[in-house]
Amino acid sequence: MAVQDYIRERFFPHLWCPGCGHGIVLNGLIRAVEKLGMSRNEIVMVSGIGCSSRISGYVDFHTLHTIHGRALAFATGVKLSQPALNVIVPMGDGDALSIGGNHFIHAARRNIDITAIVMNNRIYGMTGGQYSPLTGPGMLATTAPYTNIDQGFDIVEMAKAAGATFVARTTTYHVQQMADIIREAIMHEGFSVVEIMSQCPTYFGRKNKQGSAVDMMKQMKAMTTPIGSKAKQENPELIERGIFVQLDKPEYCEEYDRIIERARGGK
Amino acid sequence: MPEKKLKEHLIDREWCKGCGICVEFCPKQVLELNRQDKAVAARIEDCIACRLCELRCPDLAITVEVEKK
Amino acid sequence: MTRQIKFIQGNEAIVEGALYAGLDFFAGYPITPSTEIAEHLSVRLPRQGGKFIQMEDEIASMCAIIGASLTGHKVLTATSGPGFSLKQEALGYAVMAEIPCVIVNVQRGGPSTGVPTHVSQGDVMQARWGTHGDHSIVCLTASNHQDVFAMTVEAFNIAETYRTPVVLLFDEVVGHMRERLEVPEEGEIPLVGRLRTAVRAGVDYHPYLPREDGRLPMSDFGDVHRFNVTGLVHDMWGFPSDNPKIVHGLLRHIVDKIENNAGAMARFKTYYLEDAETVLVSYGSSARSALHIVESLRPRGERIGLLELQTLWPFPADVVRQYCEQAHYTVVVEMNMGQVCQMVKHAVTHPERVFLANRIDGVFISPTDIKQILRLIKGRGV
Repeated sequence: MAVQDYIRERFFPHLWCPGCGHGIVLNGLIRAVEKLGMSRNEIVMVSGIGCSSRISGYVDFHTLHTIHGRALAFATGVKLSQPALNVIVPMGDGDALSIGGNHFIHAARRNIDITAIVMNNRIYGMTGGQYSPLTGPGMLATTAPYTNIDQGFDIVEMAKAAGATFVARTTTYHVQQMADIIREAIMHEGFSVVEIMSQCPTYFGRKNKQGSAVDMMKQMKAMTTPIGSKAKQENPELIERGIFVQLDKPEYCEEYDRIIERARGGK
Repeated sequence: MPEKKLKEHLIDREWCKGCGICVEFCPKQVLELNRQDKAVAARIEDCIACRLCELRCPDLAITVEVEKK
Repeated sequence: MTRQIKFIQGNEAIVEGALYAGLDFFAGYPITPSTEIAEHLSVRLPRQGGKFIQMEDEIASMCAIIGASLTGHKVLTATSGPGFSLKQEALGYAVMAEIPCVIVNVQRGGPSTGVPTHVSQGDVMQARWGTHGDHSIVCLTASNHQDVFAMTVEAFNIAETYRTPVVLLFDEVVGHMRERLEVPEEGEIPLVGRLRTAVRAGVDYHPYLPREDGRLPMSDFGDVHRFNVTGLVHDMWGFPSDNPKIVHGLLRHIVDKIENNAGAMARFKTYYLEDAETVLVSYGSSARSALHIVESLRPRGERIGLLELQTLWPFPADVVRQYCEQAHYTVVVEMNMGQVCQMVKHAVTHPERVFLANRIDGVFISPTDIKQILRLIKGRGV
């Protein structure tokens, strides 16, 4: 099937700003699904609220556009009730880690077979550029006009600590790695977290004088490095890209199926 | 390994938003923005069909068709 | 007919009713006095291949059951006041996206943490207006376990018929007290199954286009039709729209589908109302005391009767007006500050004849309480 078959063409051109990284994520996601040869009918995409979460409207799968921060909770209901479905959950950084933080850590803890894609542009874009838990200290935002004093999360560390069995990070510059990681994340049987650093040239970029979308992508290339690289040893400030965790642990729906067997068999 | 041969390089003008990402990151400087701020393959003869523009386009506006062997 | 007879808590009667109705997915969170519902279902559901999950919080529970409803299952969650407050946003999502689900609120003392282990009926208005925006809601209640069972089944039937969330508003007394329940046999109570679309694969399916009879056939996630579900105002394909015609049409549809069928959903019971000069209007556990006082005063010649409401929303105004028409006194018996009393005053022809007999201190309102208040109302002192 061609890439075109996986999108709802009638809604293009999409609503994202020129140069928005989310479009690149959509691009990579579609290609990952196509390469895996998945049927559109077996995929349920569940998203929250925000620019990132609008991605679900553009794909030709079963799509569930939910409420802010709660995509993983809805997704848990979808997956547990029908484990044969392939559930993919794209969310923004605020959606997943701020209001959705609790659901994020618990979905990871359960190791339920869902693929969470955190499209991290370090800002609340849809509402006009407020700071998020990923904005980081010293940055400017509409609600941090004197600079942000909030420390930021490390999504990879959080996902690890919460028990996710597949944790990866990449950027919208590294499109090849992004497509590969998304594929692996989907194939992984357990809770997968893929953080994709994405550019918001309109708000985060403009407020913080980061230049154009192109400039921001060049920056993401410059400030990241493969896991354990020599560059990282020389410059600890660099952010690592790649797969951090890939473990095989009991998956939630399978474990519950065993509960059902026990409940039916024993007394 | 034999290089891929470009069959066709298509850019959907309706979908392209002129962000310039494909222009900047093309390894052979094939692309540029025209007067309408839309991406065009100005130097198509230099295209090596690496398809990075297609993968990086946020608008899914680019389709790179490669010659089948 | 050999019905199974059980001596159980009201919470367990809810479980029996839900399982009878075809429940096979529950997500919930512990909260007094509803926790037993979750506990029983954690045992019963897997025995029949159903799924139970204790989610991380109340909000997640509500969201999870919506997700599970979309894969074609009959779903339930259960909570009390504080949890009911938390669920409102997601409940509104189910209203907007027209997703069948049942939410049990076993009321306790409120507001806030309130009195977790004592009864109140303080969430009636919240059940109606808890979630934001113009909308309509279906809310049922019951005063005894047999009716708890019946109303629970009814809730699932209404949820499926109208593609709407239904709130089952019980209370701590009914939830925790033990009483006899006769579990109906299979087939005794008709069940409404999930209405699925007859539209074939490859043909354009509109998830939000009503049939001629007004019903809205669904399609399960995973089946042949791929569509979008959103909490944004949407067109009949489920895609977001802010077009004024579409906004108006959708909001009207969501409200009208309930309000226009209020008559069909009005459940109530009448006791000795034919010649009643004093009409007690009550619901939930309060109605037990109200019935008791009616039955003890009648033999003494008092022309007193009881209208027990089982449908709280849409409020059965016509029913209330009809039965209170001839009453000299209409006395609403409830354990709150007059939430239903307010509605009754609006509904009757003579609002000046409507009085409130209530108790708000967490102590179950007794027949004696009602009797004393009746005497006061009638100017007879205590």
